[in-house]
Amino acid sequence: MAHETHEQVDAVTGVTTTGHTWDDIQELNNPLPRWWLWTFYVTIVWAIGYCIAYPAWPLVSSYTTGVLGWQSRDAIVQDLDALKAQRAGMTAKLAQASVEEIQQNPELFAFARAQGKAAFGDNCAACHGAGGGGAKGYPNLNDDDWLWGGSLPEIEQTIRHGARFSADKGHQGAMPAFGRDGMLKRQELSQVADYVRSLSGLPTEKGVDLAAGAKLFADNCAACHGDKGQGNKELGAPNLSDQIWLFGSDKTVIMEGLWNGRGGVMPAWHERLDDTTVKALTVYVHSLGGDQRR
Amino acid sequence: MADAPLAKTPVAHASDEEAPLYAPRKKIYPQSVKGRFRTIKWIVLAITLGIYYLLPFIRWDRGPNAPDQAILADLPNRRFYFFFIEIWPQEVYYITGLLVLAALALFLMNAVAGRIWCGYLCPQTVWTDLFYAVERWVEGDRRERMRKAGEKPTVKTVGQKVLKHTIWLMIAWWTGGAWVLYFSDAPTLVKDLATFQAPAVAYIWIGILTFTTYTLAGFMREQVCTYMCPWPRIQAALTDEYALNVTYRYDRGEPRGSAKKNDALRKQGLPAGDCVDCVQCVAVCPTGVDIRNGLQLDCIQCGLCIDACDSVMAKIGRPTGLIAYDTDMNVQARIEGRPEIRRIVRPRTILYAGMIAVVGFVMLAALAMRTSIDVSVMHDRNPVFVRLSDGSIRNAYTVRVANKHLEERSYTLNVEGLPGAQVDVVAGRIDQQGRPIVSVGPDQTLEMRVLVTAVGEHPGETTDVRFVITDLTSGEAAYANDHFKAPR
Repeated sequence: MAHETHEQVDAVTGVTTTGHTWDDIQELNNPLPRWWLWTFYVTIVWAIGYCIAYPAWPLVSSYTTGVLGWQSRDAIVQDLDALKAQRAGMTAKLAQASVEEIQQNPELFAFARAQGKAAFGDNCAACHGAGGGGAKGYPNLNDDDWLWGGSLPEIEQTIRHGARFSADKGHQGAMPAFGRDGMLKRQELSQVADYVRSLSGLPTEKGVDLAAGAKLFADNCAACHGDKGQGNKELGAPNLSDQIWLFGSDKTVIMEGLWNGRGGVMPAWHERLDDTTVKALTVYVHSLGGDQRR
Repeated sequence: MADAPLAKTPVAHASDEEAPLYAPRKKIYPQSVKGRFRTIKWIVLAITLGIYYLLPFIRWDRGPNAPDQAILADLPNRRFYFFFIEIWPQEVYYITGLLVLAALALFLMNAVAGRIWCGYLCPQTVWTDLFYAVERWVEGDRRERMRKAGEKPTVKTVGQKVLKHTIWLMIAWWTGGAWVLYFSDAPTLVKDLATFQAPAVAYIWIGILTFTTYTLAGFMREQVCTYMCPWPRIQAALTDEYALNVTYRYDRGEPRGSAKKNDALRKQGLPAGDCVDCVQCVAVCPTGVDIRNGLQLDCIQCGLCIDACDSVMAKIGRPTGLIAYDTDMNVQARIEGRPEIRRIVRPRTILYAGMIAVVGFVMLAALAMRTSIDVSVMHDRNPVFVRLSDGSIRNAYTVRVANKHLEERSYTLNVEGLPGAQVDVVAGRIDQQGRPIVSVGPDQTLEMRVLVTAVGEHPGETTDVRFVITDLTSGEAAYANDHFKAPR
């Protein structure tokens, strides 16, 4: 690289060169306009001012906080407060209305559903799934099979006080461990399981004594599950004659329930959520479609 | 450009070692000029500024449920009104179409006659022209302004400066003021602005646009075109040899010299040009270029040098048009005695015009076929389907109905493709025949949860279904397609 400092005027453009030549290529001197240069200096000054005013430089275990004391957390808190203020009117209406009134008012219904959806994602989705689709042992909230009832007041009661969670107003009642506690023999449990499967039209093992199973069912199960296995929502006893199985319809699964008993627990949400949120959740869960039937 | 000499003022230099960091700006004092192109520019200025300042005040009756401003960008309600057209946020592709049309129009203009946009229509040109007019009116023409710039300030010149900047600021303020009127009801906002009742954002925007107008038209001026604007660069790459440009006809002009000397030469039958080197073309130029150096980046092709030169030619009794809209190719052709080529219809103008026609037609068709109702459907993702206690399968959907009418309308909802299916709208109502009915307010959308239950035969894994809404008033219908899912 030949480097010479030899300023001259470029013949083609008439522009002076910087005098720098590399491999016979000359650098023309087309300087920036003055205002551009000053804008550049202003940005440097701005950067210095910014570093003084705002959080800027990382230190070993902290950072320079800046004289204005600005924090992104404060900004979020402000945004949230503004949002709460914006929603205050509707929230107040929601607090006053009953779940039935909310259902009747399209504006309140839409607001409650939106709020309920958010609350559902935060509190309920862990067990019941993001869309309330349920999982083994955790009821699907979209179907029409409700252990504790699927009307608005019944759903509200369940959300508020839970199931098998505490003695206070919550749903009680559990499936006993017929096998483990020695109430029925394994042979008898097998007969009951086959009979239960037959209630909803599921195939049973060949040569099974359904009559014996029916007898055992009437003696031991019908008190809670009803004489036809139609269930009892006062006790949270599932309907055994429909197509929906909370834990599954395999004989082994039914046997497992008969042997060890069942008793899913749902927390009493009034302890954690405010009244308005519980109502919004009720409306949302109800709107998933569980109670829609003709 | 050809053989015209290229003399450029060398930049300020100190020494070999200390080259300056910036190029000193040569202040430009354009002289007033009269003529054809100046008149056109005044007319264009009056029309464009008139449209800009007055358009927000034009009224357009849309009935009681919509604003009556002809052009309004209603940001809080997410609507854009343009006379008889109302655009919803999902229809901003109309704006995209307009921008595509604008770009193509710019290309077509460029293919026909170079930088027409820069010289006549660009806001930077129009406002700078207006600011120069004010400057000239207050401080006098070129010579006077140059003299004052070199003299010590007196009470009179300082007073003139104050007056000039005051008028500039008023124009700039009005410019910002007109801008915000496009975003709110203009008469109300004017009243609110005057009584300091308007929202802070209106004042902030007026402030920003006052500042930019004042700086760009008052101080930056031609520097915006030469340093900031990308169009001159793009334009230079897009243009071709057929495009008309403001051209110094050096075939006629050279060799330049004084009128007397050239007259004498002409009498002797020696070559003599028409250019008398009066430098009027440079004096009137708003970007300070010498058009005789040929086509150049700094030239915005406003044609004022044509007016200046024509008036000089008329005075010295030579034919006008020494500077004119012409092409370098034809100047060369005349020198070499070849016939001139003028070709407005050529592949690129046909292409641009054709593209404008196609895009324009597509936009018109889209506008003509725009429905006043709309429906969109979103299938529940989780769970995809639900088995009910009697074993039947149900799918849930989020359906949104948009009513673009400016009055409340009621619609029936039908789901086709699944015979006998039961359709329920959560918390909705039904008519006497059991069909779900939805009422949507004027210019609004309504979201609802719809449950579709297959009744009877077990449906296949995927069934195509169509959600149809029908306007009970007009019978107009809209539909959206989706699927009904079932377990295998």
